[in-house]
Amino acid sequence: MSEPAVTGAIKVFLVDDHGLFRAGVRAELERGAAGDPPIEVAGEAGSVDEAVAGIGHLKPDVVLLDVHMPDGGGAAVLARVRPVQPEVVFLALSVSDAAEDVIAVIRAGARGYVTKTISARELGDAVRRVRAGDAVFSPRLAGFVLDAFSDRPGAAPAVDPELDLLTRRERDVLRLLARGYAYKEIAGELFISVKTVETHVSSVLRKTQLSNRYELSRWASDRRLV
Amino acid sequence: MTSPATRAAPLARRRSGRLLAGVAGGVADHLGVNVLWVRVAFVVLAAANGAGVIAYGLLWVFVRQEAADVTRQVTVKERQQAMGLAALGLGIGLAGAALQNQVVGWIVGPLGVAALGAAVVWREADEAQRRRWTSGARSGFLGGRTALLRVVAGGIFVAAGITVFLLGNLDLGQLQFGVLAVLATLVGVAVLTVPWWVRLARDFGEERRQRIVTAERAEIAAHLHDSVLQTLALIQKQSHDPREVQRLARGQERELRNWLYGPSGYGRGGERPGPPGETLATALQAAAAEVEDTYAITVNPVIVGDHPLDDAEGDLRALVLAAREAMVNAAKHAGVDEVSVYAEVESGSDGSDDPEGGAEGTEVHVFVRDRGKGFDPDAVSEDRHGLADSVHGRMGRHGGRVRLRSAPGEGTEVHLEMTIDAEREDA
Repeated sequence: MSEPAVTGAIKVFLVDDHGLFRAGVRAELERGAAGDPPIEVAGEAGSVDEAVAGIGHLKPDVVLLDVHMPDGGGAAVLARVRPVQPEVVFLALSVSDAAEDVIAVIRAGARGYVTKTISARELGDAVRRVRAGDAVFSPRLAGFVLDAFSDRPGAAPAVDPELDLLTRRERDVLRLLARGYAYKEIAGELFISVKTVETHVSSVLRKTQLSNRYELSRWASDRRLV
Repeated sequence: MTSPATRAAPLARRRSGRLLAGVAGGVADHLGVNVLWVRVAFVVLAAANGAGVIAYGLLWVFVRQEAADVTRQVTVKERQQAMGLAALGLGIGLAGAALQNQVVGWIVGPLGVAALGAAVVWREADEAQRRRWTSGARSGFLGGRTALLRVVAGGIFVAAGITVFLLGNLDLGQLQFGVLAVLATLVGVAVLTVPWWVRLARDFGEERRQRIVTAERAEIAAHLHDSVLQTLALIQKQSHDPREVQRLARGQERELRNWLYGPSGYGRGGERPGPPGETLATALQAAAAEVEDTYAITVNPVIVGDHPLDDAEGDLRALVLAAREAMVNAAKHAGVDEVSVYAEVESGSDGSDDPEGGAEGTEVHVFVRDRGKGFDPDAVSEDRHGLADSVHGRMGRHGGRVRLRSAPGEGTEVHLEMTIDAEREDA
């Protein structure tokens, strides 16, 4: 399912304030992520300023971004890099599963969110997938988004149906993602192609980022899941 | 979205690079504009019945000095410019007042002298505060001979100003004069001691804040000691047994997460609601945690929507127990170290979404899935009662349905489904 347009090794940049964790991810990625295209860790940073400078200098393809950092966190890096280098893709990698953190980095422009317990192989796949322009939803993120878009009694009506509502197909895909299905399994389950699954997930990501539905901001702060 | 990067600096008077009290500089830092414009604004305001002068004085009294010792360079040109502006502002204020009313002019003269004296004393108070910050000593603000001299001089200014004001404006008998003199003295003392009163109030607030911070720190330390340190000690003791280490680490992680982000957790900030009534989500999470602890695997529950557990006459409790049994089965037989659990509560209103729903009530779906060995559901041996009794039987008794999907090598997914009646839902 890799994109033919991408050639050569994927340049990855690590941003995390824990040096130990960076070293671990670097070793895992370089050892475990054999596949095509290969992944190369081009650089790393331990603070927001370092990250902005490093990304500007090294021009990586994918940035693995920690959500929590002392000086503003992933959202600050996203806010400073994205206007200047819109071509850089961000994948949030965090130990926090708090809903508001997850939704905040997604809305700040990250193309996906995975937790730090992810296996090296899955992380490699996730990096390739965001590089190819897809979105990466962990089961938990899928659950959050489903919850945020759900029509609970007393919820405000959707203002812009195109952005504020998920289609039935998107809901089905999200549900299967939340149940732990891989894209291929979802495709088989719903009798659609993997490409279509990817399209649905990307469209959900776009809606999550752009929808003005008040639930998305309010919901995340109301609800902190463990 | 909030962007913390653009937050303005809090309003605080400058300690360095200031001309008089650092008010203009502080306002400029706060608003993010050039200090020259702030000074010009004060001068312009001074023309409006001296409002600029009064505003400057009030800001001086009530805005605290910045705590950090930032060094700023002030060029000679800027200093001259600021001096000129200050003189201009004062002049405009006084002239305006004098022009408007002859009597006002009479009052302004002596009171201006008093204000000058107060300014000298207040400025000394600022110095004392700066000394306290740099040396850390809380001792007197009247340290040093020159400081004492300055304060005394300021006091004389104030007293003289008030006396002249009284003598010049009033024509009274002995008794009234005596009373007024006492009152004037009291006013003078009050004016002189304004900085210390303000500081006293601030110190009180600061001390209270410190106490809260200390208590908070103690709580965090106690928690980390009781949980994380203990677990780390256990892990070191058990380091020969990876399974046990995994179990301990995972259990600790869950506990810490709950403490940080849970419904009554630390990260919720000030409000700490008591434990809410048990809901489907909390019960499923508890069940998952229990299975994790018992079988040393990872169970990741993802739960969308929620429902109170006690509404449905025990049906939901049965559902949770069945789900737990399904997790246990996966843990025991699938041969994997990770099980996914997905639960969704769908209210009846958008049931149109669901082709097989149709009913009025709330639908609850729970999926327990593993990517393990799998098995042929038709060829389950007789001794495996778990699935038959605990899952099928339990769900059947409570009006639920079970769908099982498994094949050798493909993993297993147990789908539990239950409809809760609409009329009970509002209870």
